[in-house]
Amino acid sequence: MAVESLFPRLEPLLPAVQKPIQYVGGELNSTVKEWDSTQVRWALMYPDAYEVGLPNQGVQILYEVLNERDWILAERTYSVWPDMEKVMRDNAIPQFTVDGHRPVGAFDLLGVSFATELGYTNLLTALDLAGIPLEACERTDEHPIVLAGGHSAFNPEPIADFLDAAVLGDGEEVVLAISEVVREWKAEGSPGGRDELLFRLAVSGGVYVPKFYDVDYLPDGRIKRVAPNRSGVPSHVVKHTLMDLDKWPYPKQPLVPLAETVHERFSVEIFRGCTRGCRFCQAGMITRPVRERNISTIGEMVQNGVEASGFEEVGLLSLSSADHSEIGEVAKGLADRYEGSNVSLSLPSTRVDAFNVTLANELSRNGRRSGLTFAPEGGSERLRKVINKMVSEDDLIRTVATAYANGWRQVKLYFMCGLPTETDEDVLAIADLAQRVIATGREVSGRNDIRCTVSIGGFVPKPHTPFQWAAQESWENVDSRLSKLRSAIRSDRKYGKAIGLRYHDGQPSVVEGLLSRGDRRVGRVIRSVWADGGRFDGWSEHFSYDRWVKACEEALAGEPVDLDWYTTRERGETEVLPWDHLDAGLDREWLWEDWQDSLDEVEVEDCRWTPCFDCGVCPQMGTEIQVGPTGQKMLPIVGVSQTRQAELVAPAGSRDSG
Amino acid sequence: MSRTPKPPDRNTPPTVQRLRFRYAKRGRLRFTSHRDFQRALERAVRRAGVPIAYSAGFSPHPKISYAGAAPTGAASEAEYAELGVAVRCDPQALRAGLDAALPDGLDVLEVVEAGSGALADRLQASFWEIACPVEAAGDLASAVEAFLARDVVEVERLTKNGLRVFDIRDAVRRLDLTRPEPAAGAPSGGTTDLSIPCAILQVVVRHGTPAVRPDDVLAGLRLASGLELPPPHRMTRRSQGPWDEESGTVGDPLAPDRDASVTS
Repeated sequence: MAVESLFPRLEPLLPAVQKPIQYVGGELNSTVKEWDSTQVRWALMYPDAYEVGLPNQGVQILYEVLNERDWILAERTYSVWPDMEKVMRDNAIPQFTVDGHRPVGAFDLLGVSFATELGYTNLLTALDLAGIPLEACERTDEHPIVLAGGHSAFNPEPIADFLDAAVLGDGEEVVLAISEVVREWKAEGSPGGRDELLFRLAVSGGVYVPKFYDVDYLPDGRIKRVAPNRSGVPSHVVKHTLMDLDKWPYPKQPLVPLAETVHERFSVEIFRGCTRGCRFCQAGMITRPVRERNISTIGEMVQNGVEASGFEEVGLLSLSSADHSEIGEVAKGLADRYEGSNVSLSLPSTRVDAFNVTLANELSRNGRRSGLTFAPEGGSERLRKVINKMVSEDDLIRTVATAYANGWRQVKLYFMCGLPTETDEDVLAIADLAQRVIATGREVSGRNDIRCTVSIGGFVPKPHTPFQWAAQESWENVDSRLSKLRSAIRSDRKYGKAIGLRYHDGQPSVVEGLLSRGDRRVGRVIRSVWADGGRFDGWSEHFSYDRWVKACEEALAGEPVDLDWYTTRERGETEVLPWDHLDAGLDREWLWEDWQDSLDEVEVEDCRWTPCFDCGVCPQMGTEIQVGPTGQKMLPIVGVSQTRQAELVAPAGSRDSG
Repeated sequence: MSRTPKPPDRNTPPTVQRLRFRYAKRGRLRFTSHRDFQRALERAVRRAGVPIAYSAGFSPHPKISYAGAAPTGAASEAEYAELGVAVRCDPQALRAGLDAALPDGLDVLEVVEAGSGALADRLQASFWEIACPVEAAGDLASAVEAFLARDVVEVERLTKNGLRVFDIRDAVRRLDLTRPEPAAGAPSGGTTDLSIPCAILQVVVRHGTPAVRPDDVLAGLRLASGLELPPPHRMTRRSQGPWDEESGTVGDPLAPDRDASVTS
């Protein structure tokens, strides 16, 4: 039975809300399929505002991969702003997709991509607006399967009550595998209902269905064990790893929004994974091994993406883009190809490496040189050893000197505050470093108008990293260190004005910490915060720390655990962690040893170029590092736009403008 | 090292031709803001391969100028812009290419080569149609009468600089209520769905500062009549152009360009 579009009911209400264009859909390269001619229907959600959610590559890739199959329909939905939520509640309009404006509750699956835990309350808003019961156990055959993916799905326990399933790792292949299971089950007449479908997904080994696992606790609040409560369900759920990125060159048809969004560019992921081994970095740990796209694929994807979208800016994405084995050739090839064309290229530089300046020079041949970004992450040499960010102060100074000497006028430096073993001195070292950066910059450039911007984020220990056992620093200490740092920078008459300091206060990090390392008991807190009006917790203007503290006190009353227990408590080696049954491929003993090495300030090298450090991913997952060089060259080409241009140009002599 | 950074040498080609065009904002795309349209057009220009000219300097901008944009949420059959190109283009091919590269609902209706004189100077008045629920027709008719009987109607509008109060009565040169026959005279792709019974307010406003928008006129009607009018369905700009005081009509702003290109 066809599902009617809600748009005729929505349309008269749109003039009353902010930025109505975000709700109308119709983006270039978007798809609206016939409902009835498809067998499996996905609603894909990014649980944040449209302007943040639309550019998300994960959702765009899955949307395209799914819609390429004629038997699957995939539409997108995003979190609605509070003004729209009110309009929808007042007019009984359910959560809808922006493509066909179909009610989310009518789909077979609601796939939600969580890049950050701060989107959890937005999940509840969407479920509630969609008329889907918040608790998975209350859903019937009438409701979609609610499935989470994205980095936060590597510990979905805090939202386990609200999820039917979660998927770990790369989504391209597994969404198709899940679709097959659903298709088959529906074709058989949906035997056994919702429960049977979830069971079929769970026994496949690659889909985590929380309700098939029981969690037992010790009297002191720690987890005793997590075990399947149904035979046939695997004791560990493993992540998915896509092994040949060149076979999956998505997005091919990037979505081009009419509304303004946070990233107005076409991004190409040049490799997936990172083996640098920064101990704070969850993304680096859970996306191993490194899998490069080759230079030809990158060239084709950029060309195609620019043609298909009309974007003027291209970003070469990955966790550490300068580490691609052929990045020099990629940068030169693209810079040659787009020279003089107003297409600008960027590389989010994260490594503190003089080579990055060369690359940045190459890529910005065509455009202006405003800022260059490096991420030393820790202020002192000692702290950088703790976090395994192998860069010395002299390296950093050499690198920024090269940047300023090459005409860059602003260098941005990223740091974290609240790292394990950190003291006030480690944070104050950021001021010294920034002063040395300006002093060196003035010397090599001969100019006084150069700047250094220091951005500092609060550190949050994450699951599946060596710091998963660490105590999170209290927000009071983080705020106090940052304020000392601010005074140190402000009081410097000679350099202070050239240094910009950007940081957020420490309270949101505590909540992120609770949600990152929480267990199923945290679900009650999330529900309570949401019921109290919590929305858009990633937005400082909506976030309320007090609301979270109050919710923790109420929802965890009578439990041997509280907010501090989840955040500022260090865990022991044998403690069962809430995500131990979810397998990112990392060997638990290796992670523990790396945590001990960290406390001893011992560094480990990148296994791309040095012998294996036995993190466990490759043997356990049957994967391997895939790096070049391929020796291929990026050839200059005649773009489609030049061909198109020929069609528009007036025939010679048609009319002389003289 | 020089003290002032030099813009990169780009060999910016000069503008060899200026083209003016009329476009429509239809259906759900009427919710695009002016900035949304600008981004969409710039991307369409690149996708279509228009040899657009760029300004020189550190951040070159495509040479596109916009005039008198309709407010977000209002549909229009008569929006105008002008672009400069570095290679001479055929206006007909450009119309087709640009239209194909823009999303459906942002439609390029006509492209002409620019003659002399500024386009913005010709956009002196607008003709709007505001579709209202048919049940409201009686109330509206009396509101229109009350409005027209006044010399001054001061409305409030929230602007970036706070609440602003201004008179709109003088700018409203025509205001009447009609009930058109269904379908007759409905332009193809128009946004006023004539299958729904509606009363249509026809309004001509003379452009000034600040520009009087159709929602200001509705606010004025409310003020003048004291009636709480139901929200309108749709607002559509049917035309904008030179104002002829004598005949009370809105002309075609591209006519002088069209005439110039025919005679040359």
